[in-house]
Amino acid sequence: MARGEHSFFVPAFSLVLTLALSVAPLGVVAPFRPDFVAVVLLFWSLTAPRRFSLLTAFWIGIVLDTLTGSLLGQHPLALLVIVYLAERFHLRIRVFPASQLAIVVLLLLGLYEFILFWIDGVADRTVPLIERWAPPLTGTLLWLVMFTFFDAGRREARARF
Amino acid sequence: MTGPGRTTGSGRGGISMGARFLLLSAVCVSLMVLDRRDQHLDRVREGLSVLVYPVRVLVDAPFSGWASMRTNFASRETLVAENESLKRERLNAEFRLQRLAALEMENARLRALLDSQARVGNRALIAEILDVDLDPYRQRFDLNRGLVDGVYVGQALIDAQGIVGQVVRVGPLTAEAVLITDADHAVPVSVNRNGLRTIAVGTGDSGTLRLPYLTNNQALDIAEGDLLVSSGLGGVFPAGYPVGRISDVRLRPDQSFAEVIAEPASALDRDREVLLVWNAADEVPRASEAAAANLGSGVN
Repeated sequence: MARGEHSFFVPAFSLVLTLALSVAPLGVVAPFRPDFVAVVLLFWSLTAPRRFSLLTAFWIGIVLDTLTGSLLGQHPLALLVIVYLAERFHLRIRVFPASQLAIVVLLLLGLYEFILFWIDGVADRTVPLIERWAPPLTGTLLWLVMFTFFDAGRREARARF
Repeated sequence: MTGPGRTTGSGRGGISMGARFLLLSAVCVSLMVLDRRDQHLDRVREGLSVLVYPVRVLVDAPFSGWASMRTNFASRETLVAENESLKRERLNAEFRLQRLAALEMENARLRALLDSQARVGNRALIAEILDVDLDPYRQRFDLNRGLVDGVYVGQALIDAQGIVGQVVRVGPLTAEAVLITDADHAVPVSVNRNGLRTIAVGTGDSGTLRLPYLTNNQALDIAEGDLLVSSGLGGVFPAGYPVGRISDVRLRPDQSFAEVIAEPASALDRDREVLLVWNAADEVPRASEAAAANLGSGVN
């Protein structure tokens, strides 16, 4: 892990880009927008645990709340829950093959979406339930792509040296 | 690399991860309660919205850049054609404005006779919509005007065709607005043809409004294509601006209320610029003076 600053700036940059992506106008495909922030945080907490602490998840969530104008505390709570679960169990999860990892990610993203929906309901905000199925699925696909491109390569590199 | 001891305990500051998780979650929950209950957190939100302003600009930049590039590289014929059509439109608008000045004056006189309050002339400011998708389940957007420009919560937004929405949250540099078609939004309207007052409720789809509070009897007097204008009740929207047109009336004899659907008048999902309107009563005299002056020049 002695790669120094480089190994911090890449994930930090990915988070800023992620925040921008999560509010970028997508037009017709907007309902299928994956929860970019959740996917990226999950990716990092599964591949490089403890690089982002829970505190990072909290602050990113606050920024996301401000950006999207949702209830302050809604996104941080959902992010905290999934990042905590991922970090807590990453040693057990990490030995799975990619397909089973994807199922875990799908479950975690579903949980994330459910928490957001639940809080909306408690806060009396009218939100459709039917349109919420897509983001966890597209999010898992995005995670799979990220995993195959970045992490599999890294595993190989580590195996060679 | 990492032993089981590191995952469950230790970390920074010696607090275990579970404890940190519980602590931060508690913070989240109390934040939500505070934000929901009262307006305690408005100051905090104002500060935060300045912090995230760069992200908003970053997201908006490619789109506004693309728009300005298209204007720069537009061909001469397109510009000439656009100029022609704008001139024609302006002539048309001026023609209608002349009659409007006379009508406004007459209206003020009649209202004076009736001893009722005159309609106000409204101050307006052009605001640009930041090309940013907010919550996909709500019809909201950001504007590039904020407290610095005097924007306030509850301020009405209109475009060239009619009422667009209202401001729900103001930061120093930006404001967040909600469309009239948001599922949580309702506009007091009246049917322009017969003055019937009701409420138009958003559906969450930017092409439809619902009028759920019309009885079957009332709905008999409503036809497809009827214009809905804001009634001015509720005090948020200025009276007399178009809100939408009735697109479907379905009587339901088995129930107390009819099903009436309207289409919003303004181009809600295509707008790039909107007008922020000040609904101020102190501008009455000036407005009628201006109307008088217009009338004088128009007649002579």
